[in-house]
Amino acid sequence: MSEKSKPKTRIPMPEQPAGERINNFEEVALGYSKEAALAEASRCLNCKEPKCVEGCPVNVDIPGFIKLLTEEAFKGAIEKIKATNALPAICGRVCPQETQCEARCVLGKKGEPVAIGRLERFCADYERGKGGNVSEKAIISEVASEKKVAIVGSGPAGLTAAADLAKLGYKVTIFESLHKAGGVLSYGIPEFRLPKAIVQEEVEYIKSLGVELKPNYIIGRVKTLDALAEEFDAVFLGTGAGLPRFMGIEGENLNGVYSANEFLTRVNLMKAYDPEYDTLIKMGKKVVVVGGGNVAMDSARAALRLGAEEVDVVYRRGEEEMPARREEIKHAKEEGISFRLLSNPIRVLGDEQFNVKGVECIKMELGAPDESGRRSPVPIEGSEFSLEAEVVIIAIGTSPNPLIFKGSKGLSQHKKGTVIAEAESGATSKPGVFAGGDVVTGAATVISAMEAGKKAAKAIDEYLKKN
Amino acid sequence: MSYKILKKEEVAPAVHRMEINAPDVAKAAKAGQFIILRIDEKGERIPLTIADFNPETGTVAVIFQEMGKTTKQLATLSAGGFIEDFVGPLGTPSDVRKVGTVILVGGGVGVAPIYPQAKAYTAAGNKVISIIGARNKELLLLEKEMREVCSELYIATDDGSKGHHGFVTDIMKEILDSDEKVDRVVIVGPPIMMKVGAGVAAPYDVEILVSLNTIMVDGTGMCGGCRVTVDGETKFTCVDGPEFDARKVDFVELMNRLSMYREEETAAKEKYEHKCKCGLH
Ligand SMILES: Cc1cc2nc3c(=O)[nH]c(=O)nc-3n(C[C@H](O)[C@H](O)[C@H](O)COP(=O)(O)OP(=O)(O)OC[C@H]3O[C@@H](n4cnc5c(N)ncnc54)[C@H](O)[C@@H]3O)c2cc1C
Ligand code: FES
Repeated sequence: MSEKSKPKTRIPMPEQPAGERINNFEEVALGYSKEAALAEASRCLNCKEPKCVEGCPVNVDIPGFIKLLTEEAFKGAIEKIKATNALPAICGRVCPQETQCEARCVLGKKGEPVAIGRLERFCADYERGKGGNVSEKAIISEVASEKKVAIVGSGPAGLTAAADLAKLGYKVTIFESLHKAGGVLSYGIPEFRLPKAIVQEEVEYIKSLGVELKPNYIIGRVKTLDALAEEFDAVFLGTGAGLPRFMGIEGENLNGVYSANEFLTRVNLMKAYDPEYDTLIKMGKKVVVVGGGNVAMDSARAALRLGAEEVDVVYRRGEEEMPARREEIKHAKEEGISFRLLSNPIRVLGDEQFNVKGVECIKMELGAPDESGRRSPVPIEGSEFSLEAEVVIIAIGTSPNPLIFKGSKGLSQHKKGTVIAEAESGATSKPGVFAGGDVVTGAATVISAMEAGKKAAKAIDEYLKKN
Repeated sequence: MSYKILKKEEVAPAVHRMEINAPDVAKAAKAGQFIILRIDEKGERIPLTIADFNPETGTVAVIFQEMGKTTKQLATLSAGGFIEDFVGPLGTPSDVRKVGTVILVGGGVGVAPIYPQAKAYTAAGNKVISIIGARNKELLLLEKEMREVCSELYIATDDGSKGHHGFVTDIMKEILDSDEKVDRVVIVGPPIMMKVGAGVAAPYDVEILVSLNTIMVDGTGMCGGCRVTVDGETKFTCVDGPEFDARKVDFVELMNRLSMYREEETAAKEKYEHKCKCGLH
């Protein structure tokens, strides 16, 4: 079929209607039916030199799996994806495809690109629905190694590195400071976007490869990195970027001001939305969320579902500059969240009881581009305005948690707190210690963390063969 | 994961001491640190100071008073039972070293965290004068244990049923006014007691430390729920503390923040007590 004869638009994703979904925490995007998936898959041109594959950080053979899909070879399709991506059910849901694979799709020039993410999700869900997990049959290397590898952190970087190393025959132990594995996938991204059952399935799968998981185990407190490096033949740090940034403005410690990390942890990890759980959370009629990334969108939409009537997202740049996935912005808008763009909070207002009652903001305009190439916002004098709010959620970014450095020597870091590691191998300044994911890049994406975990596993294998 | 309760006793009315099997925590623990526990999958995470620890037996003791839903539920567990999650040691250890003479002041359940500090300060070669207090003599904790690890021990009760009739801070002031050369005062107890105590000691030429107990979630610096203002700067109690220079702590903010969930907490406790009465629990 030629490019011309292909439908210009993609098959829409069935979704829970906005009016309904704001009252529950169930998944918003419901997933393609088999018919929808086959129809969407048939749009793929199966390019000889597929650009989409280059756009994928782990280079999934996209035309390959889509072709198998059109042939209804579902098992083959998922196997093809899993050859390079261990977590397709997750990536199909949360990857920013619009800036990666789908951004390169030839169809995107004249119409909508193939909905690659949705097809990836379909394949993964189809397999899950069948109760299978192809990779369960993963061949674990015959040459079982006596060498032990410690993985610190159980986010996508740590889980991916653990899986790959276990398959190579190493004895792998994951140390996780929280009571549950998954990192941001468990505590950050809400149920309505990424059901926790899926994350747990992936964790169980990795355990089934023989990986030992030690929750409630903080490196830097229970044991130092030095001690860990001594005890294990190699260490991988996938500790993420979990330290919340605050704005440093007046009133930020009033009751009702949350970091997005705290708010989302209470909601997702601790299930504050479920009355069966003891988790406490403060909710108000009016909520202000500060920031423009996925974290801000998730916080705003979670607040709505917890009963807030009005949620304002305050962001200092324009919509174009918002780092959130386009789909999340669209979903947030459909759900009635309002956006106060080119605005920045300057003060949190409180009452006599020390409770938040509002936020004073100032309008911004975009000035000259900064080092990152983005135009930096500057305040417009005299443009102050106030928003009422009983709850304020600050989602302006995070940096790596420095706890890992406690009591240890020899691990170099950047000024911003990220660990310095070689891009290809993840090797750090400390012998035998590798790092990858948000702890190296600063807050990024699930797929880039997985890519780093994969590369580090390969480098660790090479390192251990030599040493 | 789950952690076995090895021992449990009621050390005062509605105050319990629990020994938990947690070898990794026991091995790493130092005076002044705390743990966070979660009773079961549906429970909240609450911080409790480490009241004692033994690296050889792998046990960690906590002392808690029945207050809200979680501590009431914890009190229903007994030896042989399990706690789902028990993570620690958390927080920066107390700055224990040889300073000379140290006054340790503990009020209410605040006596529990004072005990490992008394042990550590004594072991570091200090003269340790402890002052412990409670509302009445029934509620007084660890008198015998404290006596064994301190050079001097004073007692105060609000109702005068034991020791000095009045506040622990009255005795502290007397010592500070005496010829005794005191190098450091450490105060642990309810925030109001620490605030008052810090105020009383402030005019003297002595270092004053307090150990803060804020609302917490993770205990590793990832949520910021535990933030306090110290010397005009926001600090995270769970990693930067819990011990701070008392003269620099914003106690008013601390007390306000502790009341953040007061209504929700009362409702949860009432619901739980109602359930128990109906025999549903
Ligand atoms: C709310 C939110 C929404 C997001 N949405 C998206 C999205 O839609 N798409 C997308 O691609 N990306 C998204 N991201 C970003 C993405 O989740 C992260 O880039 C990714 O999870 C990073 O993976 P990681 O493995 O490096 O670290 P993390 O997922 O952060 O995992 C690190 C783990 O290490 C543990 N840890 C830290 N320190 C220690 C220690 N000292 N000892 C033991 N354990 C430790 C932590 O508890 C944590 O479990 C989102 C992030 C957030 C917060
Ligand atoms: S308890 Fe979360 S940062 Fe301190």
